[in-house]
Amino acid sequence: MAKAPASSSKAPSAPPPASNRERPDEPRPYEASKEELLQFYHDMLLIRRFEEKAGQLYGLGLIGGFCHLYIGQEAVAVGLQSALTDKDSVITGYRDHGHMLLCGIPPKDVMAELTGRQAGISKGKGGSMHMFSVEHKFYGGHGIVGAQVSLGTGLGFAHKYRGDGGVALAYFGDGAANQGQVYESFNMAELWKLPVIFVIENNQYAMGTSVNRASSEDQLYRRGESFRIPGIQVDGMDVLAARGAAETALEWVRAGKGPIILEMKTYRYRGHSMSDPAKYRSREEVQAVRDKSDPIEHVKKLLEEQGVAEADLKKTEQDIRKIVAEAADFSESTPEPDPKELYTDVLVETY
Amino acid sequence: MAIDIKMPALSPTMEEGTLAKWLVKEGDQVKSGDIMAEIETDKATMEFEAVDEGTVAKILVAEGTDGVKVGEVIMQLTAEGEDAGSVDAPAQTKDDTAKPDAKADAKKDDGVEDSAHPAQEKVETGARQMFDAAKNDAQVRDPEVPEGTEMVKQTVREALRDAMAEEMRADDRVFVMGEEVAQYQGAYKVTQGLLDEFGDKRVIDTPITEYGFAGVGTGAAMGGLRPIVEFMTFNFAMQAIDHIVNSAAKTNYMSGGQMRCPMVFRGPNGAASRVGAQHSQNYAPWYASVPGLIVIAPYDAADAKGLMKAAIRSEDPVVFLENELLYGRSFEVPKLDDWVLPIGKARTMREGKDVTIVSYSIGVGLALEAAETLAGEGIDAEVIDLRTLRPLDKAAVLTSLAKTNRLVIVEEGWPTCSIASEIAALVMEEGFDDLDAPVLRVCNEDVPLPYAANLEKLALVSADKVVSAVKKVCYRA
Repeated sequence: MAKAPASSSKAPSAPPPASNRERPDEPRPYEASKEELLQFYHDMLLIRRFEEKAGQLYGLGLIGGFCHLYIGQEAVAVGLQSALTDKDSVITGYRDHGHMLLCGIPPKDVMAELTGRQAGISKGKGGSMHMFSVEHKFYGGHGIVGAQVSLGTGLGFAHKYRGDGGVALAYFGDGAANQGQVYESFNMAELWKLPVIFVIENNQYAMGTSVNRASSEDQLYRRGESFRIPGIQVDGMDVLAARGAAETALEWVRAGKGPIILEMKTYRYRGHSMSDPAKYRSREEVQAVRDKSDPIEHVKKLLEEQGVAEADLKKTEQDIRKIVAEAADFSESTPEPDPKELYTDVLVETY
Repeated sequence: MAIDIKMPALSPTMEEGTLAKWLVKEGDQVKSGDIMAEIETDKATMEFEAVDEGTVAKILVAEGTDGVKVGEVIMQLTAEGEDAGSVDAPAQTKDDTAKPDAKADAKKDDGVEDSAHPAQEKVETGARQMFDAAKNDAQVRDPEVPEGTEMVKQTVREALRDAMAEEMRADDRVFVMGEEVAQYQGAYKVTQGLLDEFGDKRVIDTPITEYGFAGVGTGAAMGGLRPIVEFMTFNFAMQAIDHIVNSAAKTNYMSGGQMRCPMVFRGPNGAASRVGAQHSQNYAPWYASVPGLIVIAPYDAADAKGLMKAAIRSEDPVVFLENELLYGRSFEVPKLDDWVLPIGKARTMREGKDVTIVSYSIGVGLALEAAETLAGEGIDAEVIDLRTLRPLDKAAVLTSLAKTNRLVIVEEGWPTCSIASEIAALVMEEGFDDLDAPVLRVCNEDVPLPYAANLEKLALVSADKVVSAVKKVCYRA
């Protein structure tokens, strides 16, 4: 495991362009209590172990199709979603397992979907990229790059229309940030002052294309400038920076000031999907990030500094391994969908 | 010599209008570009500009007059140096020197800003034929209408508006969004008056970003609202088809029935008049091929109203295909507090025993007209309006076929991979033993729709083409 201490430097935001428009304050790293820090550690580790297990099951042929793992990016979703309330909604693309776990969806429901079983969250009909839980205000799980940005703007529209005080958190990647509909959505979101936080998870590679090979403006937090949407660049490997940015963004959006963009600088350790040969970057590059910036090691170190016993962290690790192992066992043993399910859920009503 | 100024046609299908207001009076000098009058149609109010210079000699139609026919002389001008008092009564002959120019509010290519042409020169286009045929009413009563119900005449446009307004009154989750739906009152005035009644929270003008706002609407439906997303025409919805198909249609299935998309995508579809290939496509077969969507394409006003209300109430995403040429057409609508029709049920528009003609949307008018002609020649045709294209009312088609043993399908759209092809396949699979003749399709020609009037006419379906197809399947030369 990595030994090097994780960087705890401040978010590397460039100074905002000169403007007399109101801008959000520079976010500060979140000052977490020991309990909160333990929770962050737990949540990030749960995602990591869950994804490692999903990778194994994929290798065994139990998970089919596409499977996009979140390993390395855990601090982003944990930091941001820990700041949400139950009024708020979440939507993302196809790298969605981690976000779902954080919405409170049971790991076995997600894992059983990955193996295509009746007990899966989508009855086995959706798969890795298409999972939803209206109950947990998780709106997908979308397979078309960028679609979740317009849809998430629509969720924000619904929050404002109903006046329920909720905020939509719409995640997308650095690749999706070049899609046209993202900018159509930015325009409407700002025009109508919709409560949406646009989260760009910049993991540096859109499949195999690095950001600066695909983006004329590679400082993605600036992408809202021509729509007057403020943007903040955040160290997405640091859960406290992520949580701090979430606080700032939520304050801005809940005050009715319209949408905001958070560019979370992060890194995925694994390939784009399980079938990615990863020829576009060196093994050393990946190892260097793991060694220097791993989000889980960072929090582990902070916990040790606060005097949390090694044994307590071991216990957390064991508990998580047990949950994940149970989810995996369940997902292998629970039955496939009944053949009759082929024809159900096409339409809601009967005509 | 006085110049006769005639009532202008503000769109290719306008036949009459209201002379709302005169902005000049007798004796006034006018020059080219002066606004002389305001003219209203059911679609829009437009300013009528002078193109000739002269003095207003006589105003022949008072302001506020309804039903002024296109081409009727409404005023006379005397040219420079002439005596206004010496003007003769308007000439009955065609006067080519009078070419008044009507200028519509500039807006996104909807075809209404066609310059005026006198009624005498009414161009015989294919769209004109379809438009004229769309006067044909059903010969048999809709079984859904209770006995003794009062019927009122209403345009398809008004019927659609009333349907939306009634549902918006009943359910505050329902809202309308789209280009020009609010302040402009609708590019085709289908949303007229909704902004005044419901305000800008529920009647929302969007930027011209079909992909984006279709996604916003779909997301709002996922979030618990009931959006009506208007496309100015379905030609522009090609930019948004990803959200209609991938986001709206598939979500209920992909989520195992947890996440619904109750919403309506609506707007005009198919050929209008002389608007060329990019504005004249029928997308019904595209959407009708997608599991998870409901696809509705009504013909008359009663169906437009009853099915729009059903569409808004449905828990499923609905693609509601209207037709621009039908908007201004009036039909009988039952006067009922809550006129809602069942989705997925065809309607027998005319009963007959010799042949079944199946159609939908504007094709129904052609089918009815053809049936009338055929009746004169001793062929008794049954006309079925599908109304809903997905799910298709297979039983209605097969039952009628079992009675007549002959089938012609009429579709204003391309023949390849069409609704007509689908019905032909259905009949091969499930009605083969009832067939006494091969099934024939009467569709548009397999070309992008041309602009030239004569070519457009050749490309589009017509009642004549239906008549000859019917004779063929009846083995009557």
